[in-house]
Amino acid sequence: MKPLLELRGLGVCYNGAVAPALEGVDLDLAAGERLAIIGESGSGKSTLARAISGLLPQTARLQGTVAWPGLDHPARNGRDIGFVFQDPASSLDPVMSVGDQVAEVAHANLDIDWGAARRLAVELLDRVKLPEPEALARAYPHQLSGGQKQRVVIAAAIVACPKLLIADEATSALDTIVQAEIVALIRRFVAEDGMALLFVSHDIALAANLADRIAVFRHGRMVEMAATAELLARPRSDYSRALLAAHLGLKAHSGASR
Amino acid sequence: MSALLQVEGLSKRYWRGDRDFSALDGISFSIAPGETLALVGPSGSGKSTVARILLRLVEPDAGSIRFNGEELLGLRGAALRATRTKLQMVFQDPLAAFNPRATVARLIDDPLRIHGIVGRADRPKAIAALLERVGLAAELASRRVHEISGGQRQRVAIARALATRPALIVLDEALSALDVLVRGDILNLLAELQRDEGVAYLFISHDLGAVRAVAHRIAIMDSGRIVEEGDAAAVIAAPASATGRALVAATPELPVFPRLPVFKETVS
Repeated sequence: MKPLLELRGLGVCYNGAVAPALEGVDLDLAAGERLAIIGESGSGKSTLARAISGLLPQTARLQGTVAWPGLDHPARNGRDIGFVFQDPASSLDPVMSVGDQVAEVAHANLDIDWGAARRLAVELLDRVKLPEPEALARAYPHQLSGGQKQRVVIAAAIVACPKLLIADEATSALDTIVQAEIVALIRRFVAEDGMALLFVSHDIALAANLADRIAVFRHGRMVEMAATAELLARPRSDYSRALLAAHLGLKAHSGASR
Repeated sequence: MSALLQVEGLSKRYWRGDRDFSALDGISFSIAPGETLALVGPSGSGKSTVARILLRLVEPDAGSIRFNGEELLGLRGAALRATRTKLQMVFQDPLAAFNPRATVARLIDDPLRIHGIVGRADRPKAIAALLERVGLAAELASRRVHEISGGQRQRVAIARALATRPALIVLDEALSALDVLVRGDILNLLAELQRDEGVAYLFISHDLGAVRAVAHRIAIMDSGRIVEEGDAAAVIAAPASATGRALVAATPELPVFPRLPVFKETVS
């Protein structure tokens, strides 16, 4: 079967940078597959997500190819790709009601009028488990908590039923309890809507609970990619082993203990 | 053992729009010398308000804070400055907390000079010793804060806090912005400093995994109250409060997979 997304020799060099941000990445993503991209700061993980969705600055130099064998047209953001960023406050327009922001994505990408788009937006706000979605649709971003704002962003990202959902550190600005709720939401939507997921994170444990495969990045290169169970049981690189060892969980054997 | 820090009935209300809400609703806790107490809770539970009040950056509406046997809330001027040497803070984002154009040496020199800890002639040596203490090369002294990495910056923040030989350091989400490998190194550094110098920590975090690695005791906060407090291992093993249970359940764990059949071992 044709993969949804195919990266070959993908490299990115930002204007003025000495070293490339991303180098020689080969990657296939199947339809409906959940892939985690793990790395620390400067690993190139966010650059990868941006290169896939065409969100790199125009001055960045791109090498290699980003192809969409699973689509019969070039991928369009909003329609084919939904994007959830780390900071929901900067993803949302501060002077537009949250209902209209979700409706705008629906109106722009689905062939429906504004009335239908607004009704669909309320449905979506309900689906991301926001309380009283009809009243909340009229609220502005500043009236919502960080977790509620991220739910709105997810609603906007999935309203047009994209084939790929990209979550770039989507839970890093949230507290642990809200993070668990947002991850549960993403897991459910990916399963229910059959979307592929690119889950970009620094947290290997969080990713391992969500992804079928994990790709570990460091200094702009893919260090290792394997099925989640395989990577956890038998990491091939020292770097993956170090990341796994650095995880601080609550079980007696995990992490550095005093 | 008598407490180093004894907080009683601390309350703080803020106005938000047209109504006021209680950021802190009469909380009490204590920290012994050389001990680490973790304040853990979801966003908005009041953790950072506690830190700000301890540092006298915010005045509470009610309550008392005894530090080293002295009422902290009554102190003004020179007496407050003198006490501050014993009570230091490390923030989440040192780049926001520091003058970005200052050199590392200047940042560490500030507390040494302002509080008269070390004479002018001996300060370069004292700065080098503090950098070494936190695992940084002395050559870093001439670099500017924006030129060094996030992990190095947080080490500088710790060196600066240590400069005045404090009895208590408040760490407000001090590890949250660091890469995971760097976070492990800083955790080890904090444990080592505590062992060698007997400094106590108030470790404020929403991350129970990091808390488990450093804290002796845990106080769990929600909506301005401490809803549970106890020995760190006991609270994590069997949280009694709903918030404690939610925090434990929400902490990501590496999933344990059944051992996969090995068809062929390859040596790489």
